[in-house]
Amino acid sequence: MSGIFASMIDGLLIGAVYGLAAMGLSLIWGVMDVINLTHGATIALGMFGMYILFSAFPVNAYLLLIPIIAAGLLLGLLIYWISVHWVIDRPQLASLLSTFAVNMMIIGIGTAIWSTSPYNVNFTLPGITVGAYTFTGNHMAAASAAVIIALALELFLYRTRMGKAIRAVADNREAAELMGVSSTMVLALAFAIGISLAASSGALVSTLFPFTILSGASYQMKSFVVTVLAGLGRPFGALVAGVLLGLLEGAVTPFIAVSWIPLIEFGLFVVVLVLFPRGIFGRATA
Amino acid sequence: MMPLLEVSGITKRFGGLLAVSDVGFTVGEREILGLIGPNGAGKTTLFNLVNGVIKPDKGTVKFCGQDITSHPPNEVVHLGLARTHQIVKPLHGMSVLENVIVGACFGRDYLHLRPARKVAMEVLERVNLADHSDKAASSLTIAGKKRLEVARALAANPKLLLLDEVLAGLNPTEIEYMIGIVRGIRDSGISVFMIEHVMQAIMSLSDRLVVLSFGQKLAEGTPLEVARDPQVIEAYLGDPDIATKLKEKN
Amino acid sequence: MILRHPVLYIILAFAAIMVWLPLHGNNVSLREDLILVAIAVILASNLNLMIGYTGYVNFGHIVFYGLGGYIGLYLAAEKGWNLVLAALLAGVGVSLFALVLGLGILRLRGAYFALATIGILVAVQSFVANFDPWGRSTGLYVSFDAYEKLGGARHALWVTYFLVIAVMALSMILSLGIKMSKFGLGLFAIREDEGAAVVLGVNTTVYKAIIYSVSAFLPAVAGALMFYKNGMIDPSIAFEFMLSLEGIVMLMLGGKGTVIGAALGGGLYEKLRSYLLTSPKLSNFHLVIAGGLLLVVVLFAPGGLIGWLYKAVPRSRKVLE
Repeated sequence: MSGIFASMIDGLLIGAVYGLAAMGLSLIWGVMDVINLTHGATIALGMFGMYILFSAFPVNAYLLLIPIIAAGLLLGLLIYWISVHWVIDRPQLASLLSTFAVNMMIIGIGTAIWSTSPYNVNFTLPGITVGAYTFTGNHMAAASAAVIIALALELFLYRTRMGKAIRAVADNREAAELMGVSSTMVLALAFAIGISLAASSGALVSTLFPFTILSGASYQMKSFVVTVLAGLGRPFGALVAGVLLGLLEGAVTPFIAVSWIPLIEFGLFVVVLVLFPRGIFGRATA
Repeated sequence: MMPLLEVSGITKRFGGLLAVSDVGFTVGEREILGLIGPNGAGKTTLFNLVNGVIKPDKGTVKFCGQDITSHPPNEVVHLGLARTHQIVKPLHGMSVLENVIVGACFGRDYLHLRPARKVAMEVLERVNLADHSDKAASSLTIAGKKRLEVARALAANPKLLLLDEVLAGLNPTEIEYMIGIVRGIRDSGISVFMIEHVMQAIMSLSDRLVVLSFGQKLAEGTPLEVARDPQVIEAYLGDPDIATKLKEKN
Repeated sequence: MILRHPVLYIILAFAAIMVWLPLHGNNVSLREDLILVAIAVILASNLNLMIGYTGYVNFGHIVFYGLGGYIGLYLAAEKGWNLVLAALLAGVGVSLFALVLGLGILRLRGAYFALATIGILVAVQSFVANFDPWGRSTGLYVSFDAYEKLGGARHALWVTYFLVIAVMALSMILSLGIKMSKFGLGLFAIREDEGAAVVLGVNTTVYKAIIYSVSAFLPAVAGALMFYKNGMIDPSIAFEFMLSLEGIVMLMLGGKGTVIGAALGGGLYEKLRSYLLTSPKLSNFHLVIAGGLLLVVVLFAPGGLIGWLYKAVPRSRKVLE
């Protein structure tokens, strides 16, 4: 039984990263009712971003997270301007397709540059051994980074003026505009933060597993599952739901072939949607 | 004579909020029943409970003697109960005529396309939108969209029409015109159950009134009776002389 | 009523030309080219029923094509059935499957539904890759002598070509027929405002399930014919996600919600695609160009080519569906 315990601990730690990724998706969804289908591709870009930076600057990979966060913000602004800004007032189908189109383009360019071969970020932190178990250093660092970023986001949303503006726009865009909030700026910023979170989660994942340009897709699915589990609302909810998902995976992987996992997650996604339209923590999914 | 609509004991709770509490009333044939009350009183929720958009926790809704509690809205239309919305819902990408044809095709008579088209044109004449029949529904003014909403519901050949704030957002001329349309509907044999805030209009249009406040029925009766009711005055009307002013106007 | 519509004759003429061109002159390579165009038109036209008419985006549409391919090839090659019968049964089987599935996932709101369709594609592919009777991840093959039933391999290729053209014509006629029917009107109402449609009397649950099921039928039949003709099927070529995406691009390009648009988009995109895949420099950029095209259309010309035509020549609205 020790195998499953270790597996679940690992799952819990990775789950924090799932939560981080989900926060990116859920923020955009909650603020502007846009389902960001570039999510998976930007996670993959985060992975490759870390790879590129680490190859150029072989320092502690987790320090390189900082430029990744910044680059993610810029990327987010770019994607917002290309594919979301122009269709924000149209029915959801338009942004669904436009973000999907950008996703196709990113994957296409990524495949052209990096092909579909696996890549690796060869950075390992020493683990901590407690009795019979060793907690891998990378897992712990990734989880810690995820939690820190999540806390920072909570602080930003609930303690700063800009954060309040974002929440106001999420609640009622027209009313916020009437109060003088420049909704375009707020929407662009919220979107940028969402992409940055996605890229960060990808960067963290790259230190844990080998990856390809196509790896983002499965994390995108996980993000959707976490988002519907948590409902839209406080980032903290997404973090907890992510950890739960990680725990579930950890409990199940010793017994089932990995190829079944996406299937189980998809099933969970549909079941939760049908049974819990309001999610476990937050308000109704938009 | 059997009432057209019989609502009794209707109750609906949303989480901690008791939106509608033990409400009951009837609508008879060839009558206009008004529904008034302060904002948040539960009026639109009551409409949603009557036509099946949401299910009540308790209580029954009977239409022409048949129990329709919790029947979905698309079934209720086929029995003869049509409804308009407070925030109009035109089918934007379709033309004005097509919008009304939908009403006729899926309404009480469930017509085929060709007869539905005829009915639609007739109804558009009645609300004076015939000139706009080929234009996109999205191109109409708010007044036009409100008339379209009414036309679409009329095309379903209902026995009872639920109108939700059909006068909101209209200027005085448009209000006069719409009042004429509503009277014409009642005179043609269709009963009307309408939510309204424009006091002048609802007081003069309604044969009877129901007053709702905080989800509960405060009063029911003729406009004069209701206007004199002290509870109603306190909760909603504010002006104890409305009754006298109305009398003078009439 | 449909008999009087000019588009019906455009469809029949189009099909006739597609039959005549390669036949006259026995041009086998042209035939192989055109069959791909026909498949593109079939996929786009049936996808149109969901996206264009009903407003529900089906990202996993290709699952019907692949499943139809498996059922058809299995029945015709392994069990020796008549090809037409096998293809029809594949169509019926996949439609029933879609009906059951649809009743479940169609209650999900637009965007969730789209995501669920991807999940279904993945789920079916996963299942088939583990399904013994269908060869698991190796798939199934048609032995050469199976073609003798159709008069030999060379003859079989022509026969399947004509059958596919017939399915293409049927797809377009089906689109036209639905568009002009009361059922179609109900679908459009659902697309414009589902909540309003229910209140107006449209039984949205049933309508959505029916159209989802109907949109599966002809692609499944086409899949059965195509994979039989190609002689083999396996999970990766049967359920290629890329093909699903391309279906969407084709439809948006040509003009969703129109019959001619689906065909136009299918035909044009198929030409673009074969050019890209054979060009040495551009083959890597297949996905980028498809994505870019989709983005441009969504942002600037959401009505596609036919939508643009409707605006430029208002009279065309009455004639071209």
